[in-house]
Amino acid sequence: MINWFRKNLIRIYMVLGFTYLFIPVAYTFAFSFNNSGKSNLVWKGFTFKNWQNPCGAPDVCKALGNSIQIGLIATLIATILGTLIAFAIGRNKFKGRSTTNLVIFLPMATPEVVLGASLLAMFLSIKFNPGFWPTIIAHVMFCISFVVVTVKARIASLDPRLEQAAMDLYANEFETFRRVTLPLVMPGIAGAALLAFSLSFDDFIITNFVSGTVTTFPKFVYTASARGIPAQANVIGSSMFFIALAIVIAGQLVGRRKKVK
Amino acid sequence: MAFLHSTATKVVALKEKRSLLPYLLLAPGMLWLTFFFIFPIINLAQTSTQTKKANGDIGQYEQTLRFRNYIDAFVENKEQFSRSFIYAFLATILALAIAYPLAYGIAFRAGRLKNILLVLVVAPFFTSFLLRTIAWKQILGEEGPVIAVLRGLHIIGPQTTLTASALAVVTGMTYNFLPFMTLPLYASLERIDPRTLEAAGDLYANPITTFRKVTVPLSMPGVVAGTLLTFIPAAGDYVNASILGNPNTKMLGNVIESRFFKIVDYPTAAALSFTLMAAILILVTIYIRKAGTDELV
Repeated sequence: MINWFRKNLIRIYMVLGFTYLFIPVAYTFAFSFNNSGKSNLVWKGFTFKNWQNPCGAPDVCKALGNSIQIGLIATLIATILGTLIAFAIGRNKFKGRSTTNLVIFLPMATPEVVLGASLLAMFLSIKFNPGFWPTIIAHVMFCISFVVVTVKARIASLDPRLEQAAMDLYANEFETFRRVTLPLVMPGIAGAALLAFSLSFDDFIITNFVSGTVTTFPKFVYTASARGIPAQANVIGSSMFFIALAIVIAGQLVGRRKKVK
Repeated sequence: MAFLHSTATKVVALKEKRSLLPYLLLAPGMLWLTFFFIFPIINLAQTSTQTKKANGDIGQYEQTLRFRNYIDAFVENKEQFSRSFIYAFLATILALAIAYPLAYGIAFRAGRLKNILLVLVVAPFFTSFLLRTIAWKQILGEEGPVIAVLRGLHIIGPQTTLTASALAVVTGMTYNFLPFMTLPLYASLERIDPRTLEAAGDLYANPITTFRKVTVPLSMPGVVAGTLLTFIPAAGDYVNASILGNPNTKMLGNVIESRFFKIVDYPTAAALSFTLMAAILILVTIYIRKAGTDELV
């Protein structure tokens, strides 16, 4: 018995660890089926009605729409800007490289509350009112560094011989980039975009500072938490979970199939 | 001759273009960070030494270079200040203790399940972190199942609560930042060549010695990255403190937020933000120096 325990210690530990990670997710999912009124605190019976009508609670879908819009625009801009920087750092030696690295690192080492407060103070002092676009500006700002780090890691892991081979086969620089380098870096860029979107979508602290009267999904949840969160928020949270999971698993399957080929 | 000449200029032009290329690639992103990260921080530094205008409205301040703002802000909020760092430190240690075996198991014991388990570590991240924090509040709260069971078994008294406490805030932060700890740990553990572990065994090291002398030192870059990624956001966090805490667990983030929005006291909020940022940067620099990894920067 003791021997079995010792042998499987790591396994037991992993089961416990994952249980801990998933308890609140399971709770959120379970309570999305709660036949509750306005506040989703106590279990009142099973129902599908929240899933049939996810926009049933006032403003919840408006908030979700804002979050998706902000997330998509911020992801697009941050992914492009960050990827350009990653190529500059990953492939070239130039003056000011360490300064560049520092400027990339600093936003990640700054607490969100400081980023939010400083941006809002500046927007206020130049009379630029908080709202939709300030939120996008802020999200792009904190996503860029994470995109750079992710794409840079992918570029660093490339085998330089592949590009040399392309050049040996008379591809010019542009063609080599387009047909060899870029496709190889693409999984890194896709991963970075997914990361940027989830950071943007889930951000509350910075958004709370710079969004003014625009409500995002996390802001909706935070404001609603004082009175009790409608079950529709659980529906949306759970859906996001399953959608993201499906995207990641699909990405892995595609990657595996390519490897087999 | 003309041909040679044109080739020469072509080569020169190409070289020039080459040396310009990195700057062209950098320019848009770096401009963005300059305008929306560096300028705001400079602006924040300026705000931090301002004082109230003599006959001004609420929220009107003028520059008087009053550096005493820093001392006032610190003295007034030293409790919240130390609390932020203590809570963040505890949450980081707890997260490390939970994440290390988890990452170790995924890296060495998961076999074919490795990729799936890795996805599962990140997966909770996709349910809004606020929803998860509120879920904890309800699970551990007065109407939740845990407290009913514990009270039923007389493990805790009828007056004891699990939420609205420092413990709840620290465990909430631990939970929230767990993926940030697990991923870098996994990345560095996975890179370890299993032959180095076999070699340690061949040299008569028992599993514990192997772990202590080989695995742990080789995973240090992951430990450094993970602890930083947990400690920094935890020190600035105020969401866990306001959802899972009580008025006596307020952290610096709570103070900055309320100074900004409720009291409209920008100079104090700015001075506190700046102190927090500086304190974190100093700690991080010392830590990276001591741990000896520059890979992060």
